[in-house]
Amino acid sequence: MSGDTAMREVGNSMPVPEFETTAFTPLAKPLSESTVAIVTSAALHRHGEDGFTVGDTGFKDIDRADRNLVLGHWSPNFDRSGFQLDLNVVYPIDRLEELAADGVIGEVAETHFAFAGNQPDTVSELRLDTGPNCAAKLLAAGVDVVVLTPV
Amino acid sequence: MSTLAHVFEAAGLATIVLGSNLSVVERMNPPRVLHCEFPLGRPLGKPGDAAFQRDVLERGFALLDETEPVLVHHPETIESDETPMACSLPPRYNPDLPAAVDEAQGLRAAYDRAVEKRGATSVGRVISADQVPEALGVLDQWANGAAWKDTPLPDPNPIAVCHDIRTYYEEAGLELADGPPPAGRAAEAWFHEETEAGKTLMAARAALKEADAPFPMWFYMAPGHR
Repeated sequence: MSGDTAMREVGNSMPVPEFETTAFTPLAKPLSESTVAIVTSAALHRHGEDGFTVGDTGFKDIDRADRNLVLGHWSPNFDRSGFQLDLNVVYPIDRLEELAADGVIGEVAETHFAFAGNQPDTVSELRLDTGPNCAAKLLAAGVDVVVLTPV
Repeated sequence: MSTLAHVFEAAGLATIVLGSNLSVVERMNPPRVLHCEFPLGRPLGKPGDAAFQRDVLERGFALLDETEPVLVHHPETIESDETPMACSLPPRYNPDLPAAVDEAQGLRAAYDRAVEKRGATSVGRVISADQVPEALGVLDQWANGAAWKDTPLPDPNPIAVCHDIRTYYEEAGLELADGPPPAGRAAEAWFHEETEAGKTLMAARAALKEADAPFPMWFYMAPGHR
């Protein structure tokens, strides 16, 4: 069995957080006037800065200009070579810049955020603390749309 | 990611999830999902292919036109390929050293070039590139019967040490590999199956298991399916 197949089967059998309803926020203005941010679970952080600990429920900011990024996710169970070759395959910041330059999106957010994918099973801190905290930062920065990328 | 989508939407942000595991996104019901059956670790699909990545994003942004929760499948499936990437390894230089230690030293120049090119390295979780040969020397001893409690690694966390070793190799190996970007997991397969370091790591892992070391300690030294 391939590694990806094995990991997807693990995912199939894992319990997941339950949400009784799906919150839905319509985009209130055209995409071409909207500010877009990336939030990833790849545990990205700047080279030379402290990384994520095992089970870390916090998040780190990434400046729009940062490209010296480290993939700090703790799992050995996914490909890392793609990121090494081209960080946009995980964190498509250059693609957002191009889409903004072409007028497809309005603005690229000045700050983006990274979480660590290895969260405690309940994800209660993510739901009640760090997730809302990150949302508040995004809203305060005028972000309208968030692209969420896993690894 | 699906959890954050729920939280962010409740706060007033519109979100798009690039979903890599269909079962998870189907059960968690985030508001807008573009399910991408791409190699894990490559949510935008293809490194070095700006047009493909842009297309993925534009398909995601198209979901913002929907008026209720939606899950759409990207039409292309990209499989990982665990055929080891084609990459030369340094010739044996010092036969007095364990093969993995000799090999790691021989890859240092390629590793340094990779770091200079990117301006960053993911090595350094717990050990530096300078410590990779030393760590491999310890794994070689474990593989050959030394007791892990009596023969410590440069850092007490073997999972993180093995992560740094593998990353050192993959960053160096990608600098040496020719041709188009290797498929998902091809670098992983190269490390574990072709290099002396990978073989030493797997032998040390097997020795720890045999010695009844704690399960998480040895199991997560390598991908689970290995």
